[in-house]
Amino acid sequence: MVVHQLADREVDRIFRALADTTRRDIFERVIGKGLSVSSLANDYEMSFAAVQKHVSVLERASLVTKERHGREQIVLSNVPTLRRVTALLEGFEEIWIGRAARIAEILGEKGSET
Amino acid sequence: MTVISTVTDPNALMLTVVAEFSASPERVWGVWEDPRQLERWWGPPTYPATFTRHDFAVGGESRYYMTGPEGDTSRGYWRMVIIDEPNRLEFANGLAGDDGEPRPDLEPMAASVEFEPIDGGTRMISLSKFVDAVQMKILLDMGMAEGMTQAVSQIDALL
Repeated sequence: MVVHQLADREVDRIFRALADTTRRDIFERVIGKGLSVSSLANDYEMSFAAVQKHVSVLERASLVTKERHGREQIVLSNVPTLRRVTALLEGFEEIWIGRAARIAEILGEKGSET
Repeated sequence: MTVISTVTDPNALMLTVVAEFSASPERVWGVWEDPRQLERWWGPPTYPATFTRHDFAVGGESRYYMTGPEGDTSRGYWRMVIIDEPNRLEFANGLAGDDGEPRPDLEPMAASVEFEPIDGGTRMISLSKFVDAVQMKILLDMGMAEGMTQAVSQIDALL
């Protein structure tokens, strides 16, 4: 289904965006409070342009949005996206809960103790 | 209760599941090492796994497939990174193509499992680290079964 293919691509962008340490750091820091690109740039040992590039990747993944405040570009977190990532992780959480229950069942069988 | 805690960390793309069993670490290790035991729990009853290869040594690889209720199969592989019996194991878990061999176009996920002796048993800490959402989605679909339909439909709704 086209809708799902688009959704998969979108999710893929989210994961690729968050696979980078600097971008994860930027994303974590703007949760709950917006920060300007220039103030973010001050905190990293990289050029303003490099930080701006990281912000753009996060923006394309819909993890952050940018708002213009006068001469400043404020980076804000986009919380619904984070919820979707969490939902995917929760799918794996359910898989593991099932696996642990089946392991316990195997271990509980008579004659299986060592 | 078997599972005592779970942590999902969406920023780090990580899942941690802590479970406790009333068996020794050596015995819990066994359900990973022995492919006949492993295939009884890796997939859910409606999507059982069959391991056709399980070379449980550093650098060793496994091949498996999961058979769905419609007879559909999905294939996967493991590549063992750390085998420290009975304390810790680490492996890459990826998807295989129809020929059963690893798909080079999809990065595997990283799995690590720790086995800690506790009073009367073992604490097993399973950590899953994801790198790619496409692969993650397919792995999730692969593990999908009856008990999971609720979670999956919730995810579909969110996507």
